[in-house]
Amino acid sequence: MRTDLVVIGAGPAGLAAALAASARGVRVVLVDAAPEPGGQFYRQPAPALRARRPQALHHRWRAWTRLRDGLAASTVRVLTEHHVWCVERESGGLTVHALPGPEQERSVEVRATAVLLATGGYETVLPFPGWTLPGVVTAGGAQAMLKGGLVVPGGTAVVAGTGPLLLPVATALAAAGVPVAALVESTGPRRLLRHAGALAGKLPEGAGYAARLLRHRVPFLARHTVVRAHGASGAGSGGDRLTGVTVAALDEHGSVRPGTERRLPCDTLAVGHGILPHTDLAEGLGCRLGGHAVAVDAEQRTDVPGVWAAGESTGVGGAAHALAEGHIAGRSIAARLRGTAPDPGEWAPAGRVRARMRGAAAALDSAYAPPARWTDRVTDDTVICRCEEVTAGAVREAVSLGAGDTRTVKLLSRAGMGWCQGRMCGPAVAGLTGCASAPSGRLLARPVPLGVLADAHREHEEHRDREVHREHEKHREKEEHRAYEDRTEEGPS
Amino acid sequence: MNPLERAGARPGPAFEVTFDGRPVEALPGRTVAAVLWAAGITSWRTTRGGGRPRGVFCGIGVCFDCLVTVNDRPGQRACLVPARPGDVIRTEEGTGRAH
Repeated sequence: MRTDLVVIGAGPAGLAAALAASARGVRVVLVDAAPEPGGQFYRQPAPALRARRPQALHHRWRAWTRLRDGLAASTVRVLTEHHVWCVERESGGLTVHALPGPEQERSVEVRATAVLLATGGYETVLPFPGWTLPGVVTAGGAQAMLKGGLVVPGGTAVVAGTGPLLLPVATALAAAGVPVAALVESTGPRRLLRHAGALAGKLPEGAGYAARLLRHRVPFLARHTVVRAHGASGAGSGGDRLTGVTVAALDEHGSVRPGTERRLPCDTLAVGHGILPHTDLAEGLGCRLGGHAVAVDAEQRTDVPGVWAAGESTGVGGAAHALAEGHIAGRSIAARLRGTAPDPGEWAPAGRVRARMRGAAAALDSAYAPPARWTDRVTDDTVICRCEEVTAGAVREAVSLGAGDTRTVKLLSRAGMGWCQGRMCGPAVAGLTGCASAPSGRLLARPVPLGVLADAHREHEEHRDREVHREHEKHREKEEHRAYEDRTEEGPS
Repeated sequence: MNPLERAGARPGPAFEVTFDGRPVEALPGRTVAAVLWAAGITSWRTTRGGGRPRGVFCGIGVCFDCLVTVNDRPGQRACLVPARPGDVIRTEEGTGRAH
């Protein structure tokens, strides 16, 4: 398939960009891994559940209905359930490789002149004893299961960690009828207030959540942390599962205040420590990163020609920020594909939102830093790499053997070598070892069946063989022509 | 109020799947993970090394903790794969390819 623009990710940024570009005559293909557009923020209940009031579980519903209706009325071609694993630069454009369906056994290609990376972000969870017990889920995971499957994992929940996502998750669970025993936030209230000025862009939303927490009688434990998750065998089907957590107050240095530990019974712990940008595809393309995010200019262009980025992949700033960036990117792409420079005056309102939300995002980042001494609470027998079952002890041993960077730690301990490609344990390994957490440099954005790679290789070879053959043919024709000319020059003898 | 009522859901008739041989009721549209959660089941995999139970963790297809065997196909992410009538869902032990 060939098109002008492929937008990767159908969340707020991708949708805004696809609509802005297609309204200006650009042929757009929008690719997303989920069965429905919306991304994580606007994740919709499965259509077969026939929810008549999905907005009851959502925020900013009006913005979603505008995007949804806009998409339906547009010429944008939507490819859902397409998992993009690689974007390649080739002469004359870009090729997007995706695995369709839940099976993901074969690969399809879409060729385009421009690509927008609107790949969003994923949640960081820092480990603690007991975090691998069934019943412990990421805060975003609990929300995704609730919004998409209209299902909650059990009786009583605790929501814990740090960051702005915890508030909406706690209120959503409470609104869905789950008793929330506590919202445990490691950041202290004074620290949050200190950043209040810069957080102004986000505060009205925060105040709304706070009111809802009160309404649902959710206790808010600021400057507290979950020290350990407890399990019991036979409590769930197939083995151990969560039965409660020990929470404790933190002092100003991030250490547990002795004597403050107490146990909260629960069968769900929704935990998260912030969002990281998805940058695998950008890294594969060789786009420059700034910190953990894709670096972009004022038009949302990366430093790779033909590649734009918008939303959480350029820095985590929330849905309003993603909508603004996507809109700007869509307009820039439309102008650039016509060979003209866009007029930034046309997107001035979106530009102002972007500037304000980037400021708020920076403030949120520094306000919600993980507690300083979290690694002290990670016992040597705590599993760090969930895929390969590598313990904190093994990671620490790798450091004592002389590993000075996360890559060497990985080679010595296997932490990060499993299915998730180190996404889950990367930040934890960096924290435990004191090594800077570097972008991973993953070549493939997701695990790809070997058969698909073999096919891609074969197609590449065949393409090359055809090219060689064509060159050879051209050469032979030339030779024949020359021989003919030689013969004619020689003349009849 | 449960989430189905809260969102005003009117799903079609439930169908049956099995989990480790016992019947489980499933609503159309739900993933395998959502069906198992709704039935009170939170783990459906044991790890290769320690044989520890696992279930949903990230809920969005990134962590691969919720791998499960569906209709004899191991390594399916329960949080992504939709449940279908008659699915035979089994706890995945180790690599899921031992038998």
